Amino acid sequence: MVQLKINGKPTRLDVDPNTPLLWAVREQAGLTGTKFGCGIAMCGACTVHIDGAPVRSCSTFIGDVDGSEVTTIEGIKNPDGTLHAVQEAWIKHQVPQCGYCQSGQIMSAVALLRDTPNPSDDDIDAAMAGNICRCGMYDRIRAAIKTAAQMPKVVGG
Amino acid sequence: MTDAVETEIKVKNEKKKGPRKGKWTRRGFIGAGLIAGGALVVGVAIRPGDRTDALEKHVAGEGEHLLAAWVKIAEDNTITAIIPHGEMGQGVHTALSAMLAEEMDADWEALEIMEAPAEKDYANFPLVREFVMGGKTAPGIVSDTLNGAFLGLAKTMDMQITGGSTSVRFTGVSAMQTAGAAARELIMKAASEAWDVPVSDLRAAKSMIYHDASNQSATYGSFAAAASEMSPNLHPKLKSRKDYSLMGTSLPRVDIPSKVDGTAQFGIDAQVEGMKVATVMASPVHGEVVSTIDKRAATATPGVLSVHNLGDFVGVVAEGYWPAKMGLDALDVTFTSSASDSVSQESLFAQYAEALDSGKRKTMHKGGNVAKGAEGAAKIIEAEYSVPFLAHACMEPMNATAWVRDGKADIWCGTQNPLGTRAAVAKALEMELGSVTLHTAFMGGGFGRRAIPDYVLQAATLSKVSGHPIKLIWSREETTRQDHYRPAVLGRFKAAVDDDGMPLTWESVFNHEGEPKEASDIIYGIPNKKVEVVDSPSHTRLGPWRSVDHTQHGYFTESFIEELAHAAGKDGYEYRRALLADKPRFVKVLDAAAKLGNWGEDLPAGQAKGISIVESFMTICAQVVTVDVTGGAPKVLHVACAADPGFAVNPDGFEAQMQSGIIYGLCAALYGEISLEDGAVAQSNFHDYEILRINEAPKIDTVILTSNARLGGGGEPGTPPIAPALANAVFNATGKRIRNLPMRDLGLGAGS
Repeated sequence: MVQLKINGKPTRLDVDPNTPLLWAVREQAGLTGTKFGCGIAMCGACTVHIDGAPVRSCSTFIGDVDGSEVTTIEGIKNPDGTLHAVQEAWIKHQVPQCGYCQSGQIMSAVALLRDTPNPSDDDIDAAMAGNICRCGMYDRIRAAIKTAAQMPKVVGG
Repeated sequence: MTDAVETEIKVKNEKKKGPRKGKWTRRGFIGAGLIAGGALVVGVAIRPGDRTDALEKHVAGEGEHLLAAWVKIAEDNTITAIIPHGEMGQGVHTALSAMLAEEMDADWEALEIMEAPAEKDYANFPLVREFVMGGKTAPGIVSDTLNGAFLGLAKTMDMQITGGSTSVRFTGVSAMQTAGAAARELIMKAASEAWDVPVSDLRAAKSMIYHDASNQSATYGSFAAAASEMSPNLHPKLKSRKDYSLMGTSLPRVDIPSKVDGTAQFGIDAQVEGMKVATVMASPVHGEVVSTIDKRAATATPGVLSVHNLGDFVGVVAEGYWPAKMGLDALDVTFTSSASDSVSQESLFAQYAEALDSGKRKTMHKGGNVAKGAEGAAKIIEAEYSVPFLAHACMEPMNATAWVRDGKADIWCGTQNPLGTRAAVAKALEMELGSVTLHTAFMGGGFGRRAIPDYVLQAATLSKVSGHPIKLIWSREETTRQDHYRPAVLGRFKAAVDDDGMPLTWESVFNHEGEPKEASDIIYGIPNKKVEVVDSPSHTRLGPWRSVDHTQHGYFTESFIEELAHAAGKDGYEYRRALLADKPRFVKVLDAAAKLGNWGEDLPAGQAKGISIVESFMTICAQVVTVDVTGGAPKVLHVACAADPGFAVNPDGFEAQMQSGIIYGLCAALYGEISLEDGAVAQSNFHDYEILRINEAPKIDTVILTSNARLGGGGEPGTPPIAPALANAVFNATGKRIRNLPMRDLGLGAGS
């Protein structure tokens, strides 16, 4: 039995501790916004936050995060239910195409902006290079991050 | 087939109000009718005949019935666009709905959109017909999954393909716009009679009809019932471009909000009560089957429910994906042997070379006489090019959910080919088509891969043998090794040039006859040409890959023409311009790319530009790449892209498709290679099948040109020009001609 907080909600999961966090989140907690892409931490589609830091949930055993706070794409809206600045910027720039990688992209971008409120191109490259977008929307991701950085409430998530 | 289109047919109208009148015209079958609840439906049917009964349970609400409909107008003025194509991020739901709403003068903000079910009535008939009418052959992406093989024109027309950049070009114009215009005319006519005023005094806007002189107005919905009693105009007048208010504007995509908050439902997100999860492995050497299997360790894995030997693959059913994968990893399985086991990348290309040397040639394109044309030539130039197999590498691994029970089956999946998938499932399960229901979902990438339903059939089989609803998820490794790959091609090129370096002849031969046929043709005005193919198949599975065979041939042609330019001592842009002198549309696109890319500007040492131009899916696209080779490996700094699709329905969406196609093609040019070792695909995951990342992605600028040409595609034409533009830029920077892709082993220096 593993106990953690997912998006602020205390959750007990009856799951083998050697199960990747990704599958516990998707199949046990029923939060399917976090995606399976590669299973070896190479694509970033499964990115979630653990105690605020972005991690690849496909390669993180749930037994190792017992007691942690996990935040998924379903948990980053503002407390009043409005979209996070990064989500707003993603819509403004019409970033997603197929959309499959975007939960992971957004989770990486939210973490970047919390740590680096005015990121340079190099900061963006460093923080986002772990997230593959097969539809190649990198120009738009970069522009959206810069837009989000100019928005009033980027903190959160 | 053309006969079927033009033949008048009688619409059965026995028991219901339903479809009243209509006939096949050049624009298709236009019908209108009233459904229960007072909603008017107007449709441009896509197959002859009345299929009211087959469709009603899928589209209409309780007690409603309708014909092959593209728009439904309810009494409360709710207007619903019915879209027969899947969404994989290309924005098709938005673009097609906008085409309907434009002609209808419908209120875009209030428009509802639904994806059509996988019914024959929604097969891509407009697609086939437009190919016939447009004098073009069907692209390879139109694959007949009933036979598991490619075809030219679909004899059975069991097609509902999203691919070949066809959605907007064909369904949009032939069906959505026509239905919208017909619906608007019907409503206007009904209003004219109700108010006893001429149609010419009426005005329509945002789903309302106005008679300004009498200050009357009413909703479209209030005329739905009356309009259904009238005959639809069989030749509704479409707007001219200057009157567009929705088409040509960058409407925000309707699918995007759900893609930023995790609520978008992809195939992999399907939930069915009692569902179990499975994963599979097929023979790494395609075509071989299970030889021996010891299930004990797999069966003993905690969470594993059952292990299945299904001949051409093994499957493990478990409580979740992880135990299923653990079980599969523990499974002791071997596969049969065959001659394919000895195939390597080297032997494959040696086989191709032998075929080109001595195999039977088939002529693809011919003009003039190359032997005569070469007489008196100043020089003969020859070169050999090659490209490897490529995987699609969709971000969402292949997956499908199936529940087979009580003589029926439900399928949940993302697919570019819903109808073909449904038919293939019915055939595999030996069921009637009507017993199979397909529930479509968003696709986490398609690029041609999701037109082939092998993974869906596996899910259906596993559900049948296990007795559970099954969500089948392929690992990334299985997704990479069991793809249907972009064909590997070896091509040989030869040209005779005159004293001025201009080509007198163009000859080429290559080893794979793909689709579309015009991909291997040349756009340049060269008086004598001969393009030939020698088929040289292997055991490796092939399939349509973004822009199909235009990627191989675009790279070959646009590299070799650059070799001719260089041999002539001429600038690649000017050389092309001279050869395209009688094709003003091409010249305009080329000029626009050159201007956007600052062709000819002074660059620092180690940097250079390259140019190319390819027409595919009726869109002309030229690109100028700026590359930096000072680090050894080529770094792409900038791509300038000019494209003429005739008209861009959603300019921002079109630009996104260009950006996407360029990155997709750039990834292939720099890194993309699927190679064979001992008959099996050597690559498995993103560590050895690398995808371009944000730190490697160039800035891309796009300019969209408008012309009077028929609408061209958007999803694919951005891909073919990028590899040759980059290769030409690398040559201009280094003097090294890239004749084989990918270009990661350039030997340019320390950084390569």
